[in-house]
Amino acid sequence: MEKTPDKISSAAEKNAVLNLKETELRLGLPGSEFLDKKATGFSLFGKDLKDETNKNIFSGAKRVFSDAIDGSNKWGLCINGGSEVDLGKNDVLFSPRGANGGVKNTNILQSSHPAKEVPPQPAKGKKNENGGPSTTPASKAQVVGWPPIRSFHKNKLNTNLSRNNDVAAGKSESSCLYVKVSMDGAPYLRKVDLKTYCSYAELSSALEKMFSCFTIGQYASHGLRGKEEVNECHLMDLLDRSEYVLTYEDKDGDWMLVGDVPWAMFTDLCKRLRIMKGSEASGLAPRVIAKCKSQH
Amino acid sequence: MAYSFPEEVLEYVFAFLSYDKDRNAVSLVCKSWYEIERCCRRRIFIGNCYAVSPQIVIRRFPEVRAVKIKGKPHFADFNLVPEGWGAYVYPWISAMARSYPWLEEIKLKRMVVTDESLELISKSFKNFKILVLSSCEGFTTDGLASIAANCRNLRELDLGESEVEDLSGHWLSHFPDNFTSLVSLNMSCLGSEVSFSALERLVLRCPNLRTLRLNRAVPVEKLPSLLRGAPKLVEFGTGAYSAEIQTDIFSNLVEAFSGCKQLKRLSGFWDAVPAYLPAMYCVCSRITSLNLSYATVQSPDLVELISQCPNLKCLWVLDHIEDAGLKVLSSYCKDLQELRVFPSDPYGAEPNVSLTEEGLVTVSAGCPKLQSVLYFCRQMSNAALITIARNRPNLIRFRLCIIDPQAPDYLTLDPLDTGFGAIVEHCKELRRLSLSGLLTDRVFEYIGTHAKKLEMLSIAFAGDSDLGLHHVLSGCESLRKLEIMDCPFGDKALLANAAKLETMRSLWMSSCSVSYGACKLLAQKMPKLNVEVIDERGHPDLRPETCPVEKLYIYRTVSGPRVDKPDFVWTMDEDAVLRLS
Repeated sequence: MEKTPDKISSAAEKNAVLNLKETELRLGLPGSEFLDKKATGFSLFGKDLKDETNKNIFSGAKRVFSDAIDGSNKWGLCINGGSEVDLGKNDVLFSPRGANGGVKNTNILQSSHPAKEVPPQPAKGKKNENGGPSTTPASKAQVVGWPPIRSFHKNKLNTNLSRNNDVAAGKSESSCLYVKVSMDGAPYLRKVDLKTYCSYAELSSALEKMFSCFTIGQYASHGLRGKEEVNECHLMDLLDRSEYVLTYEDKDGDWMLVGDVPWAMFTDLCKRLRIMKGSEASGLAPRVIAKCKSQH
Repeated sequence: MAYSFPEEVLEYVFAFLSYDKDRNAVSLVCKSWYEIERCCRRRIFIGNCYAVSPQIVIRRFPEVRAVKIKGKPHFADFNLVPEGWGAYVYPWISAMARSYPWLEEIKLKRMVVTDESLELISKSFKNFKILVLSSCEGFTTDGLASIAANCRNLRELDLGESEVEDLSGHWLSHFPDNFTSLVSLNMSCLGSEVSFSALERLVLRCPNLRTLRLNRAVPVEKLPSLLRGAPKLVEFGTGAYSAEIQTDIFSNLVEAFSGCKQLKRLSGFWDAVPAYLPAMYCVCSRITSLNLSYATVQSPDLVELISQCPNLKCLWVLDHIEDAGLKVLSSYCKDLQELRVFPSDPYGAEPNVSLTEEGLVTVSAGCPKLQSVLYFCRQMSNAALITIARNRPNLIRFRLCIIDPQAPDYLTLDPLDTGFGAIVEHCKELRRLSLSGLLTDRVFEYIGTHAKKLEMLSIAFAGDSDLGLHHVLSGCESLRKLEIMDCPFGDKALLANAAKLETMRSLWMSSCSVSYGACKLLAQKMPKLNVEVIDERGHPDLRPETCPVEKLYIYRTVSGPRVDKPDFVWTMDEDAVLRLS
């Protein structure tokens, strides 16, 4: 999916290091090869939907526990549904994310069946079903609900500890860690812990996963019934029509496009995230420029 | 000929009954006792805000003075319940504002409280005294300002671990100058700095202040003046407990602490610097409760502190305490009843501290009164669990979290079934249990067979089949709350034990294998339950009946399906006959 609104690109030009495409919210599977593997991504969904066992309809991150542990000790299933059989064929599912490895992608997954990604299977020698390059996570992937620690406690505590991975020095210790993420049209909010990501790319990927299944669901609920009807053609439409932009509210209360400042600064500034429809976001660009101007 | 006491006498007698269970029993004796009891019941506890409506409560109990209401399921603490799920307190407040003008006490847990609700509370109840908001959310410091400004007789304001939108610290300054009734203030969850002079004046003019829990923003050098202003404090929570070492700050602190002869409970200690811990040594001998769960000091400093607290009954601490520190605890603190050890780095791939199952084993051996445990660690063995069970048959709460899901016995690589089995077999009074590690259906067989007093059970990544769930539902006679995540439990056990669900407060199942069809069937079979499906993929009708639901929350209720559901929650049976167009 290509989305380069003119106004935004001029802001991008101002920041040479900026790579908006990385931070663009796109539908579908995570991975830098996304654009090339688009077709494969769809066929994966398609495969899911034709799955005879009727599990994982509309995939997303939903997966039945028994899929994960089918007695042959296979772990480390994909986030995006599908039986294990499919996994081996698609290395789109777990794309390497730099040093932190593919497992980091599972950050704050929807709560369903997150567990399978959690155990550091590669580290323990369990079979990694991901077709992609097997990676050893630098830190454990986070799973929603596990370990059972109150986010309140995590938030208050984390600013005590120094994180060994990531983060530019001089990072403010008083920054809020958990920020709410809303998506236009989505029925619910999510919370993400910005400190668990090292870059815009990771954040974007996590958000894609968090909200992608809603979008699929949304389109599906508009007149589509049953698995037969949700085929590649509709999903293609979905993708083309999907024009979401990631924005954030900064400490001044202004809404900015994500990606205008270095990551470390962003985690300090960001109070709240919002996945906006592209059409609404165009109004932001002038402010982005204006703000940049005022800061220079 | 029947003689009976006059109503007034019965009422007088009933007034001595404070436990809900006793009151409930009394109300079942006969109609006239029911009538008398209901008119004089003063305290109400509602364990699930959706189990009953405000109208029903008010109709039955017209003279209530104190309510305690709980909202979201417990797993909401771990982000498993999406935002907007519900548990709004406003309908309760507005109904009570009309019917309970003499209400004095409101205690809420896991509810959504708006500023509007707080303002309504502050203006509707002339004699309002106690507000406790535990793990609540939805309000800002503006709401607190209303409470401060309008509740002339407020005694207790406890914000627990609520998520407050902190607009400014100005709210505290809204307590009027002639306001002197404060007994307890817990603002530890707030971020913003309050005006220190306003806080100091408040403390100085409230002679009955017994609990003061500050927030992180209050620096350590300001503590002495507060402590001096409240020498009768029983419970104190510091702010950030760090500063550059300055002898005068330190000595002021020592002096101030030593003036508090009744101090029993301490908490706070964010960013604690070891050098300031000794300032508390003078009060340690009286301390019964110590919450060091935000203090990232290392084991030797913790040990130094703890070894001076022989009367310690309750310790919350980070795993920095390590096995060595727990050994010291077990030899010095023989009165210990409750221990909670939290992980300092739960997401790290490797352990960062030397805390293993040994620490817990040692404490179980050395502390004969230990009854309540919450322990995060990275390895466990059946042998250790069996030893703990044998050492401490008096355990009432046992919550073990081995950080790796499905981690086996690290010595034998077996499942931890026998270990937990020993816990439920030996600890006959066990009321609460949280499992972790590699577990098969067998552990549930043990639980169903032995855990007859168990009221709350938390399960994650455990079991092999429906048999596991069946053991629990059919065997645990006292079960009230069951919460399950990521287990292979499906339709069979649930449907076979449908009637059991009406004897429980609630059942939560997320990432399991319960099908949509089974949910509908269950709801049809059991009309007194609300079977709520939470599914982010859109209406379950869009998927086949056999498709598992994402999350399921089932609870008994006398007020039918709830009317404030968000888009992603469906009540079965009511919706089963409706179709989305």
